[in-house]
Amino acid sequence: MTFQRALARPKRKGLARALAWFFVLAGSLATSAHAQLRLDITQGVRDAVPIAVVPFGGQVEGGPNDVAAVIAGDLQLSGRFKPLERRDLVARPTRGEQVRFEDWRLLKSDFLVIGHVAPEANGLAVEFELFNVQTGQQLLTKRLVTSERGLRATAHRIADLIFERLTGIPGAFSTRIAYVAVDGRPPKQRYRLMVADADGYGPHIVTESSEPIMSPAWSPDGQSLAYVSFEGKASAIYVQRLATGDRKRVSARAGINGAPAWSPDGRKLALTLSRDGNLDLYVLDLATQGLTRLTSDSAIDTEPEWSRDGASVYFTSDRAGNAQVYRVGAGGGQEAQRLTFTNGYNARPRLSPDGESLALVTLDRGAYRIATYDLKTRNVHVLTDGRQDEAPSFAPNGAILIYATRAGAKGTLAMASADGRFQQRLSSDTGDVREPVWSPFPPAQR
Amino acid sequence: MKWTHAVAFALLAVGLAGCSKPKQVQPDTTAQAPVDGGAQTSGLGNETGPATGATAGAMSAAQQQALAALQSRNIVFFEFDSSEIRADYLSVVAAHAAYLTKFPTARVRLEGHTDERGSREYNIGLGERRAQTVRKALMLQGVAEAQITTVSYGEERPAVEGSDESAYAQNRRVELVQVQ
Repeated sequence: MTFQRALARPKRKGLARALAWFFVLAGSLATSAHAQLRLDITQGVRDAVPIAVVPFGGQVEGGPNDVAAVIAGDLQLSGRFKPLERRDLVARPTRGEQVRFEDWRLLKSDFLVIGHVAPEANGLAVEFELFNVQTGQQLLTKRLVTSERGLRATAHRIADLIFERLTGIPGAFSTRIAYVAVDGRPPKQRYRLMVADADGYGPHIVTESSEPIMSPAWSPDGQSLAYVSFEGKASAIYVQRLATGDRKRVSARAGINGAPAWSPDGRKLALTLSRDGNLDLYVLDLATQGLTRLTSDSAIDTEPEWSRDGASVYFTSDRAGNAQVYRVGAGGGQEAQRLTFTNGYNARPRLSPDGESLALVTLDRGAYRIATYDLKTRNVHVLTDGRQDEAPSFAPNGAILIYATRAGAKGTLAMASADGRFQQRLSSDTGDVREPVWSPFPPAQR
Repeated sequence: MKWTHAVAFALLAVGLAGCSKPKQVQPDTTAQAPVDGGAQTSGLGNETGPATGATAGAMSAAQQQALAALQSRNIVFFEFDSSEIRADYLSVVAAHAAYLTKFPTARVRLEGHTDERGSREYNIGLGERRAQTVRKALMLQGVAEAQITTVSYGEERPAVEGSDESAYAQNRRVELVQVQ
């Protein structure tokens, strides 16, 4: 598919073709004109491991359910692999006994993925094999049963398994991202909260408004999103179940209702309110509506994020004169402790899945960039090199972060590995895309 | 060729979406009616100036005239990372204070905004701080607390597009929106 061309010629002519790679559409014809989103890889990755993913037998090459193309796309997005261009694939083996490893050694591919799709009683059977090209050893094989509509999900699952077998880290390709898309020019803009597969495919509108929508947050079970909407001409926090579209306004107090963050057990939201004309942190019990105040400072206290054990909350405050990250007990009535001291601006902490570091926005030599802050060593490690990078969100496997950046005048999304070894940009062709948040693992993977 | 690929892709995507299961996200239609209504037809007026048209019926001629005079002077701009009212905008605040004290049934909505730099929720805080500064200044000049509401949009509703200092300067602002 076009994906391989994107690798070969990431600029100029290749770009146009590359744009078709993640071409996806909204859930309905009525909204497709606005909700179209295309993501493409605009920047190569150094040190990526070459892998050949051969088109699967029993499939037409190049369709949206092209299993090999989905797998190759996922592996490419991870930043750790460089799938071979399809036109360079010297052979089309679909079963182990057809493989001549010397062919693949000549192509300098370290690994080889082959497979086939075949009808069976309950739908389709997808069988794949992963080989080490140097040794000829079969590293992994599996047969998964699915349907025509389930093929993409199955392909993501296969990519998860391959990624885990080769890196030791569970793949996060069967997950989703939520983000805010904005069309139109100020002051008339249209705001949409979207959810798409982690590779950008199949975006759906969760809610939309002519007033701002911001700060989406996944519930720990991945079933609901909390977000801020200004649709009533003032901010309010909503919780919406994705399966049904049912939603509930959980906070619409006078002043600001902002920055919702789910407790690890999913029963509470930490949030920001401005009851005295100033932003402070509170915890809202979703069942009882009970409110516990966490901070009372005349500074801006916002952007809460729970610790893994739910006992404390990380947040941004400018109580020391500029934005820095603090921690306070989640039970209320405790003094906050300052965590960050390097750089004049550290904001919007987001905890890594292992609970050991925070991703944050830092002011690095005059530019806003994504960094990690190690909670033990207190080291700050800048990961990105944009001018206005913001809203970092960890993939549930902790290996990669998605964040918002700017390309020219437009807001786009980008990914960076948590170790800072690579970044790659995803670009959209319509409007601004911002505030990406990565979903938790699906239940089967938790 | 690229285009036909794209169209084929699009059609397939639509086809898929058409036969999708209820696990997929539904657009929230219930939320939209009041939103559009509020934005397009209410008497709250637009976001950039006093609402002269919609509320004129309830007003005396004198008030209408005074309101019209505020029309072109309803934005206070700020320096980077500051919520101090610049000396050159004190007269804007004074003009609104004079109007609001003269017509005690009049209401003002203070909308705080920031430029796009920094994180979004933190910018909501900065926008609120700016709106509060203007609120306090109005109250010091005799405006009743009940006449004032504030909202912060942070960087979410820029006045102009752009990522340069000129755009930033136009976006760091409090809009004083006279409502009835």
